[in-house]
Amino acid sequence: MTVKDWFEQRKELQIKRRDEKTQIDDSLGKLWIKCYSCNSQLLKKDVEENLEVCPKCGYHFRINARTRINQLFDEGTFEEMFGNITTADPLNFVDTDAYKKRIALAKAKTNMNEAVISGVGKIDGNEVAAAVMDFEFMGGSMGSVVGEKVTLAMEEALKRKIPMIAVTASGGARMQESILSLMQMAKTSCAVAKLNEAGLLYITVLTEPTFGGVTASFATIGDIIIAEKDARIGFAGRRVIEQTIRQSLPADFQTANYLMKYGQIDMISSRAELKSTISKLINLHKN
Amino acid sequence: MAILEFEKPLIEIQEKIKELKQISEASGMDVSEQIETFERQASEYKKELYANLTPSQRLQIARHSDRPTFLDYVKLITTDFIELHGDRQGTDDRAIIGGIAKIDGQSVVIVGTQKGKTTKENLIYNFGMPQPQGYRKALRLFYHANKFNLPIITLIDTPGAYPGMKAEETAQGTAIAENLKEMAKLNVPVIAVITGEGCSGGALGLAVADKVFMLEHSYYTVISPEGCASILWRDASKADVAAQALKITSEDLLDLGIIDGIINEPLGGAHCNYEEIGNSLKTTVMQAVKELKKEKPETLKQERYNKFRRMGVFCQ
Repeated sequence: MTVKDWFEQRKELQIKRRDEKTQIDDSLGKLWIKCYSCNSQLLKKDVEENLEVCPKCGYHFRINARTRINQLFDEGTFEEMFGNITTADPLNFVDTDAYKKRIALAKAKTNMNEAVISGVGKIDGNEVAAAVMDFEFMGGSMGSVVGEKVTLAMEEALKRKIPMIAVTASGGARMQESILSLMQMAKTSCAVAKLNEAGLLYITVLTEPTFGGVTASFATIGDIIIAEKDARIGFAGRRVIEQTIRQSLPADFQTANYLMKYGQIDMISSRAELKSTISKLINLHKN
Repeated sequence: MAILEFEKPLIEIQEKIKELKQISEASGMDVSEQIETFERQASEYKKELYANLTPSQRLQIARHSDRPTFLDYVKLITTDFIELHGDRQGTDDRAIIGGIAKIDGQSVVIVGTQKGKTTKENLIYNFGMPQPQGYRKALRLFYHANKFNLPIITLIDTPGAYPGMKAEETAQGTAIAENLKEMAKLNVPVIAVITGEGCSGGALGLAVADKVFMLEHSYYTVISPEGCASILWRDASKADVAAQALKITSEDLLDLGIIDGIINEPLGGAHCNYEEIGNSLKTTVMQAVKELKKEKPETLKQERYNKFRRMGVFCQ
């Protein structure tokens, strides 16, 4: 064994030990989580009972689409629709991994078909159509299925003449479907035009995180735009901007507060108040 | 004229022929037959070269510094162009230029992204990367066209909407989204042509049109191959592979049903013959205008909706 080999071996061993350590942390993670904001160790149960909000500092953790639906809709009223629409791989896309494999992994990880759930449900008795995105499924990216299901939800609102709610959480357009993903921006925005022409209320709720092609389409053209507390929202990613303009950005850049300051959203809502805020807005728009 | 890497062998052959001609002239030797053969071979090689370009080679043509810009096309295809400046809200973004003009006697509103050919020009036009104010200016011009029942022509050549701090402060995403939504409501024919780079939402923000055409060597994609490579491959040098995988060429997009037609470019690319590409573009666009003008506004709008409504591939 050369000295070099000995160092290599030592390094590998260290990595292995470190990995083992993290695994122990993972098992603890089932019971405990750490708040990203205040660093407190929190009992997962306490956080869950508090709508996935840190009981110490009020930081809003990301939540998946099903949890969101449970929090937002009257119990048992949400009916999922268009769940039979699933991902194809029209371009046979392969990057460092095949798109088909990535989809299969995402499905297994999230127990979801795609990055959005569409359907109809009731909010304090008001029937609404909704599309709720899930960041855990491939970063909530919008490909053909997301675009189609969001559009179908809007068309359901048109058919039933009810308000439409879109809850966004997305890194942007899905690169693996290239131009087809880009066209979903046009498709969903054209559907919003139809809602506008029919005079139907369209409320968007921008949650952590909402970026790229979703920000540049149906997310930011709501009649009312609500940002959830602690959400980061933007068009270009922070890193891309920093690389382009070669200067560091303010700490609050692209936060809900930042968007509020620059007049881009109507309001910021805490998770606890979100349902009642939407419900009030729907009632206020009734004539 | 800037020479692209893959064109070098061709240039070398042409240089050799020139040399041969000079030698024959100086020495009085008759080598015209050989020269003719060489020239024929060179021209065949040229045809073959441009017919078999890889997506990333065509990307270089689309980004060629001599490629005709929006203002070149305005000069080539319109008369009486009058530029209409500003978003009426405090800014005149120079990356998007628009105005009113006549093409073959037909009044149109023509809007497009503008790139520069030199660094100095590019600083003025921000390399063809619009700020939100550019999209708002475009929208104001679309409304103007709608009011006076004028067809809209958009010419797109942009590496994307500008990713900057000011752009975020003034809502880049919202500006693009508003255009997508409002273009769906227009009562007049809208024709979009991707003339060079059609990158992401920055391009789409001017392209919700009844007919969308691409110049032969232009590209249209959700993200630049470089951006895609650095995110998915975590390696920007994989841009060639990404360009292939993303299916960004005009033929790919026609196959996918995203565009309505391809406008052929002169051999070597649009920059090799401005007149020719100007004429081809004008013919295609005006043919579309003529056909779309026959439609009732409601039909036009519904068909525009249906066009984008159909886009997307999934299992059911």
